[in-house]
Amino acid sequence: MKKAYLLLADGTLFEGVSVGYEGQSIGEVVFNTGMAGYQEVLTDPSYFGQTVTMTYPLIGNYGINFDDYESHKSWVSGFIMRELCEHPSNWRCKHTLDDYLKSQKVVGLAGIDTRALTRKLRGEGVMNGVIYTEGFAPDAQTIEAMRAYTVKDAVKTVTCAENIVYPPDSGAPRYRIALYDYGVKYNIERELCKRGCEVTVVPALTPVEDIAGKYDGVMLSNGPGDPAENVEAIALLRRLLETGIPIFGICLGHQLLSLAIGAKTEKLKYGHRGVNHPVKDLDTDRTYITSQNHGYAVVGETVDPALARVRYINLNDGTVEGVEHVGKPVFTVQYHPEVCPGPMDTSYLFDKFLENIDKTKGGAQ
Amino acid sequence: MPLRKDIKKVMVLGSGPIVIGQAAEFDYAGTQACRALREEGLEVVLVNSNPATIMTDKAMADKVYIEPLTVEAVQEIIRKERPDSLLPNLGGQTGLNLAMELCENGFLDKWGVKLLGAKPDTIAKAEDRQLFKDTMEKIGEPCIASKVVHSVEDAVEFTREIGLPVIIRPAYTLGGTGGGIAYTWEQLREIAASGIMHSRVDEILVEKCITGWKEIEYEVMRDHKGNAITICNMENVDPVGVHTGDSVVVAPSQTLCDKEYQMLRTAALNIITELGIEGGCNVQFALHPHSFEYAVIEVNPRVSRSSALASKATGYPIAKVTAKIAVGYGLDEIVNAVTQKTKACFEPAIDYCVVKFPRWPFDKFVYADNTLGTQMKATGEVMAIDSSFEAALMKAVRGCEIKLDSLIVPRLRQLPDAEIRKGVARTDDQRLFHICEALRRDIMTIEEIHEVTTVDTFFLHKFQNIVRMEQALAAADEIDDALYLRAKKLGFLDKTITELSGKDISSVARLPVYKMVDTCAAEFEAETPYYYSTYDEQTEVKPATGKKKVLVLGSGPIRIGQGIEFDYCSVHAVWALQKLGCETVIINNNPETVSTDFDTADRLYFEPLTPEDVTGVVNAEKPDYAIVQFGGQTAINLAAHIEKLGIPILGTPAWSIDAAEDREKFDVILEKCGIPRPAGHTVMTEEEAVRAADDLGYPVLVRPSYVLGGQGMEIAYKEEDVREFMRVITRNKVENPVLVDKYMMGREIEVDAICDGSDILIPGIMEHFERAGIHSGDSISIYPSINIEQKHKETILRYTEALAKNLAVLGLVNIQFVLYNDEVYVIEVNPRSSRTVPYISKVTGVPMVDLATRCMFGEKLAEMGCGTGLHPESDHYAVKVPVFSFQKLRDLDTQLGPEMKSTGEVLGVSTSFREALLKGLVGAGFQMKRRGAVLISVRDSDKQEAIKIGERFEALGFDVYATSGTANVLNRHMVAASAIRNVDEPSPNIIDLIESGKIDYVIATSVKGRHPELGSVHIRRTAVERAIPCLTSMDTASALLRCLEGDVRIENCEMVNINRL
Repeated sequence: MKKAYLLLADGTLFEGVSVGYEGQSIGEVVFNTGMAGYQEVLTDPSYFGQTVTMTYPLIGNYGINFDDYESHKSWVSGFIMRELCEHPSNWRCKHTLDDYLKSQKVVGLAGIDTRALTRKLRGEGVMNGVIYTEGFAPDAQTIEAMRAYTVKDAVKTVTCAENIVYPPDSGAPRYRIALYDYGVKYNIERELCKRGCEVTVVPALTPVEDIAGKYDGVMLSNGPGDPAENVEAIALLRRLLETGIPIFGICLGHQLLSLAIGAKTEKLKYGHRGVNHPVKDLDTDRTYITSQNHGYAVVGETVDPALARVRYINLNDGTVEGVEHVGKPVFTVQYHPEVCPGPMDTSYLFDKFLENIDKTKGGAQ
Repeated sequence: MPLRKDIKKVMVLGSGPIVIGQAAEFDYAGTQACRALREEGLEVVLVNSNPATIMTDKAMADKVYIEPLTVEAVQEIIRKERPDSLLPNLGGQTGLNLAMELCENGFLDKWGVKLLGAKPDTIAKAEDRQLFKDTMEKIGEPCIASKVVHSVEDAVEFTREIGLPVIIRPAYTLGGTGGGIAYTWEQLREIAASGIMHSRVDEILVEKCITGWKEIEYEVMRDHKGNAITICNMENVDPVGVHTGDSVVVAPSQTLCDKEYQMLRTAALNIITELGIEGGCNVQFALHPHSFEYAVIEVNPRVSRSSALASKATGYPIAKVTAKIAVGYGLDEIVNAVTQKTKACFEPAIDYCVVKFPRWPFDKFVYADNTLGTQMKATGEVMAIDSSFEAALMKAVRGCEIKLDSLIVPRLRQLPDAEIRKGVARTDDQRLFHICEALRRDIMTIEEIHEVTTVDTFFLHKFQNIVRMEQALAAADEIDDALYLRAKKLGFLDKTITELSGKDISSVARLPVYKMVDTCAAEFEAETPYYYSTYDEQTEVKPATGKKKVLVLGSGPIRIGQGIEFDYCSVHAVWALQKLGCETVIINNNPETVSTDFDTADRLYFEPLTPEDVTGVVNAEKPDYAIVQFGGQTAINLAAHIEKLGIPILGTPAWSIDAAEDREKFDVILEKCGIPRPAGHTVMTEEEAVRAADDLGYPVLVRPSYVLGGQGMEIAYKEEDVREFMRVITRNKVENPVLVDKYMMGREIEVDAICDGSDILIPGIMEHFERAGIHSGDSISIYPSINIEQKHKETILRYTEALAKNLAVLGLVNIQFVLYNDEVYVIEVNPRSSRTVPYISKVTGVPMVDLATRCMFGEKLAEMGCGTGLHPESDHYAVKVPVFSFQKLRDLDTQLGPEMKSTGEVLGVSTSFREALLKGLVGAGFQMKRRGAVLISVRDSDKQEAIKIGERFEALGFDVYATSGTANVLNRHMVAASAIRNVDEPSPNIIDLIESGKIDYVIATSVKGRHPELGSVHIRRTAVERAIPCLTSMDTASALLRCLEGDVRIENCEMVNINRL
């Protein structure tokens, strides 16, 4: 078995064994606390540029199947686990995780003290690192590049090149939805198609003119990277807001729309990545368990109360989890109601979005 | 919403005695709940008949009633205490059923008592078969399809709807006689016909067969706001078909992808929401292994064994949060006690693997049916935590105290291949080991084993990993660092590595690191030092605080002979040490207990109690002292090892423990003290045992040394018996000698004493109702004694003093005496805590463990305020009555003897002896039927006494039936007994009579029982299966009669708040 390593920006070295693809890869090292759902994590474009550490030690137990991809490929820079399962068992299993990582050219590392790594990231914040297989040791230049690394041009890299149309699961379309692809997960369109919508996934910088009047509602997807770097997209959203079209934003979509109304975003120390985050709806005093994956958050105090109000907060650290825009059928959430992976407790938000469209339509009549 | 304003005084119901299926987990739950309620400033009234629990401690509730958990008793207590609310969902099924009855009969309403946590219609919806089905149907959650039919044609028609295979369950037959699984239409017709024939009412249940589906459980919680979360899910390694209590269980689920995980999670939350449960709840699912199809098996609308496991597996205090929810809090308002930073409204993330392994009683009950099915048979369980499944499993197995260090069972190695294959196919407690042996011999592939057992290949591959490592170690030329580490990461002990490889590993050996159980996979910093060992890089052991650090060894899994009482003692030791300013470290592996609660000791190590595992903890914590005398035999067995590690043992030294067990050393001490004991010999082999018995003269008592609960102890009346018992004892390897003693049938007396090195204190002398020959744990025991003359009490005090001094006892000692021909003999001395410590502490008010612990630190009894010598007798009688789980263990003979068989106990407390006895018997489940019929069938030696018993029953108006021999004697002595045919005679015979329902009490003894094929065993088993009280000692029968004759009733008894004793 070949050895593999993780070298962190602060010089810490973890030695383990190579899994998946052999090579070298730089990324921002983060951890995810979900106990299942690695296939969805690997294929979630929001993880672009990141090396993901799974805190649950046994990974690969149920292999990889054909149904649970969240995009057409894996986006992670590297994948770290304590133990890789060599003999997965599940009725839908088609590949082992190892084979999948190889096919996706994902450099993997197993057999390290993932809890020690997690504690380090918790204590010092997310950190850059280079993961490499024996024989691919980074030279001084690479180490320098690793230290300087930031996730850049993330949305540009992951967004689609042209429109893709998904028909509703059954019947004639209830509504036509434009889904801005900042790094969209399949399950957003699945949730909408399930509810009778025709969904058009559009590139991140699709002009407002191509949207306004042509669709019944707009969905802003999740996505990777620093939200503030998406200057064009933010400007575009500012104009989109003016059209009064119902909008529902998730994760990066939420951050971009918040930036569009003048709020600020900040980088969290080690982010929220897992499927157990409690979010409180301040309107109803109900708390929901949500799926999360974000390294940045909207700063609550910077949300102009005249334009929007913070409706959802994280019960653990009080960070902003969602806003309702004032006087507009527009709302956004930081977490992932489309889940995959994670608990489905907030999928009602898709219904809420469609109800907003109902109301707008009704109002227009 | 914060605390409800309308709640001031809450009654909490416990779960009663420990029985199979309802064990220490409810002590843990009840204790957490009581503390949570008192934290809120609420007055707590506790009712539980089980005196061995922490929850019935004075400090746990404002009022503590150790009274029977019956409607009558609880009504009396409510009348007396007038609580405004009742918390029913933390006392197991017993507490829940009792609360339901009090609700249904209108009593709670009448007395203005609110039911907290669970509403009656909620409970009904979960518990009533039809209502549950309807509710599930309403919300679209699938149940297992089933239908009651009365003809083969109807069975076929229904099966057409639901598809083959189906299970046929005949109504009203025992153990499913005539039923079975039909895979083909032909089989269906055949089995249905046979089932209908065997059923008394020509009725069968046709049920979709889901045997082999994955069994998945979710622990869920909900508050009144509607917030609902899952604490943890668990996967049974043994698929549907084996009771979850008898399954190896792993947390979290291993073979479920996120879609499956979330599908079942959503279903569980939908169910708890629809049922409207507020608090903890357990939902069990069957998941088809090859599709998304699933079915809800069962919902427990209360805290359960699984919630105790989930609490310990995740660190999330389910019982505590349940109690807080019951008094008004929302999940989002309750602080996560582990992190102190986050709220209780979240779902724990686990970053390790948890394995639960059942502890079965078959090592003791060698003739009991050890196959596993829908009836739980385990008495307890262990939990193990590690980073890999393999290591957790290995820890669990070695922590179970079944004489195994690994998955290698020496006995199986001798068996031919064919036997191993058969063992793989048999669903019993040994199946896992047969599977491993089959893999070891390479006689079956993983696919073949999966085919036969339906155990998921994921787990089979894990077993194989362990077996492959065994082989790699055996084949290795040298154990290098890499191989050693791989073995350690799979959970191998150094001892096993050395044994398998035959190599010296001292140059590579290293100790584990310790990681924290923190509910959040390290996402937040945790405050509670709750650790498990693993082989990895970084340790998280918190630095020493500078206080004196004391290691307390726990007592491991609950088994017959070593129950919850030792957890009581360990917990009290921890508390006493904390009061003395020490920092406490506990090692234990029983998830059901208070001792493994994250906030009991200052530091908790969830580890097996083996020398190597203890070494690791000692190395990590470097305690100043260790205490072993409170953790039962488990801890005592580690005494010598702890001393070897250089950790001084507080209290009685290891040599003294040895001296009390070692025949020769003990004889020297007795001689020195001038104390007589029954003559005896020490033997190692069957032949020696027979010679010893010949020398002493029959009957003799045969027992292994260094065991608890009289394990393997029997009275031998002839050579044949000696040989049989020796063969049973030596079935597993014999490390310690076997003792053969002259058997004296006298009055048995027991004392627990505290010794400070010079003075002793005996809080009370207990007398057994049954004569010597029945294990003390199985006897009715009375305090204060009623039949012991003052001169004998003085002798007992003198002997106790002498023994304590000569054995250098510092702390607790338990001594058993027999009063025979007006002379006191010593039978046994245990220089440690005992089964009776909790109840004697409670009824005498002497905090025995606390005093004992202080003695270890040099305090003197004379200065502690409880006096020395014999403590003044209480004006209340306390009668301890044993409770058995015979119905759960098929083929087990119920005849009481020197080997302990009870699983738990209850206490009856009253100023009148007769009332105390009645309370004890009622608490133990006796219905106290005052008329009807009694059946007597006794061995010759009991016949004279049976006359008296028969007379007394007759005088009460009972019809007396007896087998011919007994009937002859009775009739000759003017007791009108109808003679009936014995088991081996043609029908209608004694069995038919018992099954007819005419009989209310059975008194059956035999010279020698045990073997299920014996007639007398058959009589007793039939009675047990018909739930007819079956007495196997003339003394117990006499105790029962004493209550029946007095015509005392619970309604007329005073309920005693033991906090006021």
